[in-house]
Amino acid sequence: MKNKVRCTSWLCILITIITMSLLRAEITEKLRTEDKCLSCHQEMELLPADFQDYDIHLQNGLSCAGCHGGDPSSEDPEIAMSPQKGFIGIPAKKDIPQLCGKCHSKIDFMRTFQPGISTDQVQQYFTSVHGKKLNLGDKKVAECVSCHTAHQIPTVKDARSSVYPLNVPATCNHCHGDQQYMEGYKIPTDQFDKYSRSVHGQNLLEKKDISAPACNDCHGNHGATPPGIASVSHVCGNCHVNNLEFFAASPMAKPYSELEMHACEQCHGYHDVGKTFDEMVGVGEQSVCIACHSEGDKGFQSAVEIYTSVKELVNTLDSAHHKLREVQKRGMDDVDISFLLQEANQTLVYTRTLVHTFDPVKINEKSNEGVVKTREATLLADKEIKDYNFRRRGFGIATIFITILVIALFFKIRFMEKKKGNS
Amino acid sequence: MKNAMQKIFSWFDERYDVTPIIDFASKKKVPVHRHMIWYYMGGVTLFLFITQVATGILLLFYYRPGADSAYESMRFILTKVNFGWLIRSIHSWSANLMVFFVFVHMFSTFFTRAYQKPRELTWLTGFILLALSLGFGFSGYLLPWNELAFFATKVGTDIAGSVPLIGKPIMAILRGGEDVSGATLTRFYAFHVAMLPAIFTVFVGIHLPFVQRQGMSEPEELAKMGENEKKVMNFFPNFFLRDALLWLIVLNVLLFLAVFYPWDLGFKADPFSPAPAGIRPEWYFMFMFQTLKFIPPHVLVFEGEVVGILLFMLAGLAWALVPFWEIKSKSRGLTHPMTIIGLIALVFIGVMTVLGYIF
Amino acid sequence: MKSDQRVNGSSRRKFLNILIGGGLLGWVGSVLYPIFSYLNPPEIPEANVNSIKAGPASDFPLNQGKILKFGKKPVILIQMNAGEFKAFTATCTHLDCIVQYRQDTKQIWCACHNGVYDTNGRNLSGPPPRPLDEYKVNIINNEIIIINPAS
Repeated sequence: MKNKVRCTSWLCILITIITMSLLRAEITEKLRTEDKCLSCHQEMELLPADFQDYDIHLQNGLSCAGCHGGDPSSEDPEIAMSPQKGFIGIPAKKDIPQLCGKCHSKIDFMRTFQPGISTDQVQQYFTSVHGKKLNLGDKKVAECVSCHTAHQIPTVKDARSSVYPLNVPATCNHCHGDQQYMEGYKIPTDQFDKYSRSVHGQNLLEKKDISAPACNDCHGNHGATPPGIASVSHVCGNCHVNNLEFFAASPMAKPYSELEMHACEQCHGYHDVGKTFDEMVGVGEQSVCIACHSEGDKGFQSAVEIYTSVKELVNTLDSAHHKLREVQKRGMDDVDISFLLQEANQTLVYTRTLVHTFDPVKINEKSNEGVVKTREATLLADKEIKDYNFRRRGFGIATIFITILVIALFFKIRFMEKKKGNS
Repeated sequence: MKNAMQKIFSWFDERYDVTPIIDFASKKKVPVHRHMIWYYMGGVTLFLFITQVATGILLLFYYRPGADSAYESMRFILTKVNFGWLIRSIHSWSANLMVFFVFVHMFSTFFTRAYQKPRELTWLTGFILLALSLGFGFSGYLLPWNELAFFATKVGTDIAGSVPLIGKPIMAILRGGEDVSGATLTRFYAFHVAMLPAIFTVFVGIHLPFVQRQGMSEPEELAKMGENEKKVMNFFPNFFLRDALLWLIVLNVLLFLAVFYPWDLGFKADPFSPAPAGIRPEWYFMFMFQTLKFIPPHVLVFEGEVVGILLFMLAGLAWALVPFWEIKSKSRGLTHPMTIIGLIALVFIGVMTVLGYIF
Repeated sequence: MKSDQRVNGSSRRKFLNILIGGGLLGWVGSVLYPIFSYLNPPEIPEANVNSIKAGPASDFPLNQGKILKFGKKPVILIQMNAGEFKAFTATCTHLDCIVQYRQDTKQIWCACHNGVYDTNGRNLSGPPPRPLDEYKVNIINNEIIIINPAS
């Protein structure tokens, strides 16, 4: 049943792709011959540097005149590019959002191409820092074309798009990482540097996991504004739900907001948020707790207890995994042990998440649960190793019996033949 | 104790007249000479066969044939069943040892020219038993339904299928279809636990009585001596006890191998995944496999593989019929033509097997 | 002299015979013990290959999920509405955490990165790239049986 459904939708997709590509090929072919802007500029090799065939506007029949105005049916440049015919040449930077918005803000127009498409990009843009500065006449700030390019815009899902998740950090960094360019704006230019070292950046840029957050996942797409104090934790909390919920209900939430400290960022950083490690909790050198807490206060004590609980589970799990490897090295059955350890690992993840409650009792409860499960696994592992040794001992005993028998037989034969003279 | 034994004996004797059999058995003699060690090889093979039947029957209690259950039931035997690991490893090792000793037994009877009159049919039935043993090995190997076995079976049945004319139907019968699948597993199971044991038992039931009836063959020097000059020993109890001794040692070796070199389970067969690197047949097929690799793709008009297979079939047939075309000669030792032929065969098999593992 | 030898001979013979008898007995025991142990079925009498039993359906609470072991893998069994059971692989398709059933939203949720699946196993939101594999659920004589769909 399932196979049938899969087959059919596969077939549908295949047919759609073929039809669309045929249609698109038709459109671009048609355009190339009928649209005189295209045909002349192509002939004279005067196409813009970023001109690409896969541009989605071109694919859907919107050619040069659609944005630049003019008369695409005329071969005479004076007519084709006359202001009377609406030709605007290269649009001014501050006019670009409105130019794009001419279509992209019109619901009834855009939705003929894609029913669910959003049409508030321009509106959002003008709430952003980029948009506000553009209105004040800033000539360096980003507008539509800065991120999306002008003549090579594929769909967002196309990996060639400058705003495809894997490419977003580089696109933002194009300006924000350029110290000279950003001079005068008084914001740092090391965000990309920090981000590419962060756990999010590593996952996105190196492991190519597009579910990892890029700049726009935290900062927003068109309404790009640096998050405020409360909004940082909300941003993190979009994916790290439990961590946020636990923190918000913890005794740390109130003092943080009173002291105007950024919740998640305070301990984890933001652009350079690294892979968390257990030593961040507790009172050791790498702990984030001792930044505020010192010996004698309740928080210090809690930190010690929390670290102890977590470490107990970690250590128990470590030795259990070591035992598992011993079992595997001996070629004994590791299935049930692995399953239990999988569950115990999950409990460790949960224990570490519970750290954000800053409640030593709750955390200890969970870590004990994990320890119990780990001990179960360790018992199984011990049994397997015992069995391994039993086999060898059993072999030894069997060999002893057989050897006795063999020796006895040997002497019996000798004895028998000596007596009877081999007849 | 002795009285009880005598009472039981006479109970049977009254009903079945067992005395002549006892008489015959007690009179059985085995020639004694410096090459008599080879006399034990057939017995060892028999012992290993008995081990196979015993462990095989035990495995039957838990093994479940079928593409969805074979591998899992093997895993179950190896991990959950008490001593399952032992029974399985003994079965796998004993299989290999049995094939090894079958070859040893065959070559020893060849070089001592025991195939000569009156023992032609003993040789022939023996050859059939060798072929059946290889069949056991080939069919049993697939039963755990793991990756290596699956692809080895694929390659092996492919080769069978390249025999001209009858190849394709034979391959279809072996595979239970076009490809190696669950159907192949089912019929290999039927071959392995039912058909082959039945046929094997029939031929052992011919081979052994032949040996009993005719007695052990003697080397030429002994045959020329008079009856009073020959050194002989009683089969019961002397040779029998020596046999038992050797069998016990072989059993201990089997146990050692099972405990210290347990047999792998491997990964479950996946018909859709590509063949893993380095698939090879079991060692007893290696020499044929390697030979086929050496034959060029085309020999005159014919496909190389087909030529190779036909050559092996001819060689096998010739070997089976040795008693009937034997080159008789007066020469002794290494100069005898049959000895030379045997040595060529032995060296060929040995070298090809080793090469199969180097390359 | 000869009688001495004979006496020594027969006592040696007796010793050998006892040794052989005893050795034989020990050997037979060491062969029969594993065989009988082998024939004695283990606790779980058969390989759980294609299906597992999850207990009586009437005992399973409504609007709840439970994690069970299917061979090596965790499986989540849910009863959304009365009598309506579903089972899926419990390993999240994002980074392998174990998912859970949320009674409030009636969805399958992964706590690690807020991945959400619907009760058909389809990934709805969050990072998971693929739906959860579904297992078949049969109820025979009030017994819940979860079946591997690949078989």
